Amino acid sequence: MNEFVERAIDLRWPAAIKPAYDVVIIGGGGHGLATAYYLATRHGITNVAVLERSYIGGGNSGRNTTIIRANYGIPEAVRFYQRSVDLYAHLEQETDRALMHKTKGLLWIAHSEAGIRQERARAAVNTACGATTEYVDPAAIGEICPQIDLTGGGVWPVYGASYHPAGSTARHDRVVWAYAEGAMRLGVDVFQRTGVIGLRMERGRVTGVETSQGPIAAGVVLSAVGGHVTTIASMVGLRLPIRTHPLQAFVTNRYAQAFHPIVASSGLGGYASQTAKGEMLIGAEIDRAPSYAYDSGYPFLQHCAFRMMTLLPFLRDLRVLRQWTGVCDMSTDYSPVMGLTGVDGFLVTTGWGTWGFKAIPAGGEQLAALIATGRTPDLIAPFSLDRFARDRTMADRGSAGTH
Amino acid sequence: MAAHRLRIHCPHCGVRAVEEFAYGEIPATPDALTDVDARDVDRAFMHSNHEGPVSERWFHTFGCRRWFTVRRDARTNEMLPLPE
Repeated sequence: MNEFVERAIDLRWPAAIKPAYDVVIIGGGGHGLATAYYLATRHGITNVAVLERSYIGGGNSGRNTTIIRANYGIPEAVRFYQRSVDLYAHLEQETDRALMHKTKGLLWIAHSEAGIRQERARAAVNTACGATTEYVDPAAIGEICPQIDLTGGGVWPVYGASYHPAGSTARHDRVVWAYAEGAMRLGVDVFQRTGVIGLRMERGRVTGVETSQGPIAAGVVLSAVGGHVTTIASMVGLRLPIRTHPLQAFVTNRYAQAFHPIVASSGLGGYASQTAKGEMLIGAEIDRAPSYAYDSGYPFLQHCAFRMMTLLPFLRDLRVLRQWTGVCDMSTDYSPVMGLTGVDGFLVTTGWGTWGFKAIPAGGEQLAALIATGRTPDLIAPFSLDRFARDRTMADRGSAGTH
Repeated sequence: MAAHRLRIHCPHCGVRAVEEFAYGEIPATPDALTDVDARDVDRAFMHSNHEGPVSERWFHTFGCRRWFTVRRDARTNEMLPLPE
């Protein structure tokens, strides 16, 4: 879609909070708004409120590095994220909004024999589960991305990579606004500056929320918050397999040439892509100690920039424009936690760690189906909270850990 | 609440940058669960992840190489006095 001919986004803010809604969604980020959007468009459920304590898309939806991909390491995750890749591919047409969606291809570099094994395994499991990923040798990597130093500065030699052609990016806040606009047009109420301070329970069932603007009764409450889900869940005595870690990222000034693909490296613990403005966008792994503080620090910049420069030497000539931090909900098995919680009337979508943006369409669609039908769809059944008690964890650290 | 850059107060070496230390987890505390299976699941997978003051262990890797306990406000990274 040509972004220069788009119409202005038309967000219809509601006048006042109603005393009761069929569905109350806590968190006005991508996941919360996408769930509201799919409830309204796919299931005709529009008596829905989305409560955002700050402004929509101001949390992790506005702090991520906008990467969309399905090249995960376990079958259940590949199928789920492939659904999201497919939905993203048609989201501009569906919402009639320019989301700056761009398919770039993603290289995941192997620097060691173990890395080669991991990337070959990734290509095999992806291909078997409906995503397209192939293993490529250094010559092919040079064709796809001539800027990569195949010697890795003599320290991190490039031995091969998995190549995922569907890897893409989209403008993150436009995705949030498109879902918000589509939901609000059909009658969903979205409230900003409305924080949840308590959950109301009657006879073991969640029946509403206490907010900074007063109480709201609800048929179902979904927590779609990023970073503070433990606090929300603790309001009903629910413990989660979640720890909240900071994740930092930065962008450089403009790199004049085109840098086409997304390049990731488990060995270097980082990844890079180019924004539409030409800036190089670089991210890394989470900070080790859990924290809710949005600290950004120089040691991260130094460490991450030094490592990525061994792979992409042209970064040396660029300057850091800005850096920022999000707080990520990391689950114990590095996979998301979606669906029923064992507390009647209370659902969660969390554990989105560093990989939440790419999951927004599929997560919203599947959560909406669960809320509308009362049955957990097959696609997300493996990611339910009770998997930990059933000894069915979804360990996928290798492919989820960075982006 | 102003955010603090995370700096660790080592009781032996003083205030140092976090990069000198290894994070050593939050010690398990006695819980109220009486169901044995539920307690096992909780210990293996669940986290308190408290949005507020937490007590946790750190190891001063590039310093005195000793373990110690600190109390930190997870909302701000501010170092707090240890409880008596």
